[in-house]
Amino acid sequence: MPTNRQRATVERGTVPYLPRHVRLKFSEIRNAWAVLAPERVLWPDEISLEILKRCNGKSTAAEIIADLCNDYNAPPSEVEKDVLDFLQEWRDEMLIGCEA
Amino acid sequence: MAASGPPIGVLAELTHRCPLQCPYCSNPAKLLKADRELDTETWLDVFEQAADIGIMQVHISGGEPALRADLEEIVDGLAKRGTYSNLITAAVTLSEDRVGKLAERGLDHIQISLQGARPETTELIGRYKGGHEKKLAVARWARQAGLPLTINAPIHRHNIEEVSEFIELALSLDADRLEIANVQYLGWAYLNRSALMPERDQIARQIEIVEAAREKWRGILNIDFVAPDYFADFPKPCMGGWAFDAFTIAPDGKVLPCHAAQTITGLQFDNVTEHRLEDIWQNSSALNKFRGTDWMPEPCRSCERKTIDFGGCRCQAFAITGNAAATDPACIKSPDHGRMQAIAESMSTRPAGDFVYRRIGREPAGAKANAG
Repeated sequence: MPTNRQRATVERGTVPYLPRHVRLKFSEIRNAWAVLAPERVLWPDEISLEILKRCNGKSTAAEIIADLCNDYNAPPSEVEKDVLDFLQEWRDEMLIGCEA
Repeated sequence: MAASGPPIGVLAELTHRCPLQCPYCSNPAKLLKADRELDTETWLDVFEQAADIGIMQVHISGGEPALRADLEEIVDGLAKRGTYSNLITAAVTLSEDRVGKLAERGLDHIQISLQGARPETTELIGRYKGGHEKKLAVARWARQAGLPLTINAPIHRHNIEEVSEFIELALSLDADRLEIANVQYLGWAYLNRSALMPERDQIARQIEIVEAAREKWRGILNIDFVAPDYFADFPKPCMGGWAFDAFTIAPDGKVLPCHAAQTITGLQFDNVTEHRLEDIWQNSSALNKFRGTDWMPEPCRSCERKTIDFGGCRCQAFAITGNAAATDPACIKSPDHGRMQAIAESMSTRPAGDFVYRRIGREPAGAKANAG
C-alpha cells in the first residue's frame, strides 16, 4: 500500500469541511456562486450551495440535515439520503474534507 | 459571432524559457526569447482586467514559470483578487524555501510534470540530469506546505508501459490528482510523432489499467485520462469549444484561443499590450473565427454531437488536413479519419526515430509548415 490515505465514508456523525484548496466564491458578473477547485470550476445548484455553505468543520452531517429540514420545512426522510449521497460524492471527488 | 458569456479560465504562459527539452512540448516550434516577455506590471494589470471580466482561475504556465523572478508577486496579485491560482511547473528549479513562499502568498494548487515514473525515463525525455529526484523533492515540499498536488504524466511510446508505476508514484507522493495525458500531436509533438507514437494494444492495456485504478483508488486519488486522438473514434471537446470560456496568453501578450493555436497559419491574434482584454475577448478575429457552431461545415453542421465535441480540435484538423475548419480527423465521420489512423499505425509499428528536442532559437528543419 503506497499511501496512508483512506477513502472516507460519510455518515451522520461525519463533520464535513471545505479544504483550503476548495473555495466558494461569488461571481458578481454572473450573479452566481462558484466552487473553485484544482483544475475545475463548478456551479452548484441552490440546494448544493446550501449544503456546502454548512460544511463549516463544526456541524455534523446530521446537524446539516436537521438545519436544512428546518429551513426548507421538509421531513428528514426526504432530505437525509440526498445530503449523505451528495457529501459522499463530493468527498470522493476530494472537494470536501471529512472529520469522522 | 460575439462572445457567448464571460470567460472562466486563463492559461498564462509567463515565459517560453524552460530547463527541460521535452520533444512533445506544447509551446510553438518558434519559441520566444526572454526579451519578448511581458513585464511584471503588465501581467499584474492583465490579471486585474481578467478578474474584472469574470476570470476565476489562472493557470500559471510556460515554459517554466518558476524561471520568472516575479512569480511570487504574480501569485500575490492573483490572491488579492481571490482568483484561483494554479502553478503548472516542471519543478526542477524550485527550492523548498520558494515553494513555502508561494504557498504563503496564496498559491492554491500546484501541478508538477513527470516525464517518466523512472529516473532514466524522466532524463531521456526532459534531458535534465537529476531531474526526477528534484521533481519528487519539490512534490514533497509542496505537500508539506499544504498545497494540493496534481502529477501530470504526458504519455507516449517511451513511458506508456510505466502507467502503473505513475499511479503508485502519485499515491506515494500524496497527490490528489494524476493526469494520464496521452500526448497531443501538435507543435513539437507533431514534429516528433514518429518517435512518440505508441501501439494500439499498448493503449488498450493502458486504458484497462487506468479504469481499474480509478475504481480501486476512488476517494483517494483522482485520475484524469486524456485520450489518444490518433486511436479514437470521436474527437475531444477541445477547450469546451473554441473561445467558449477560456483562453491562453502567450509570453509576449498575444491572446490565443488555446495554447497550440499559433500552429494554424493565417489567424490574427490581438495583444494585451495594444487592446483591453475585454475588447479582445469580444472582438478578436482569431477568437471569433471558430466560436459557436455557425462556422461548421458538414459533417459537423448536421451532427448530433456538434454541441458535445464542437467539431474537436481546430489545430489537429489543420495539422492533418491543412484546413482548420475541417472536422477533426479523430472523428469517424471525418473523411481523413482513416488516413490519420493509418499514419498512427504505421508510425507506431516502426522503430522510434530520434527526438527533435525542444530548444529556444533552434527552430528545427521542417518546423515552418507547422509553426505560427
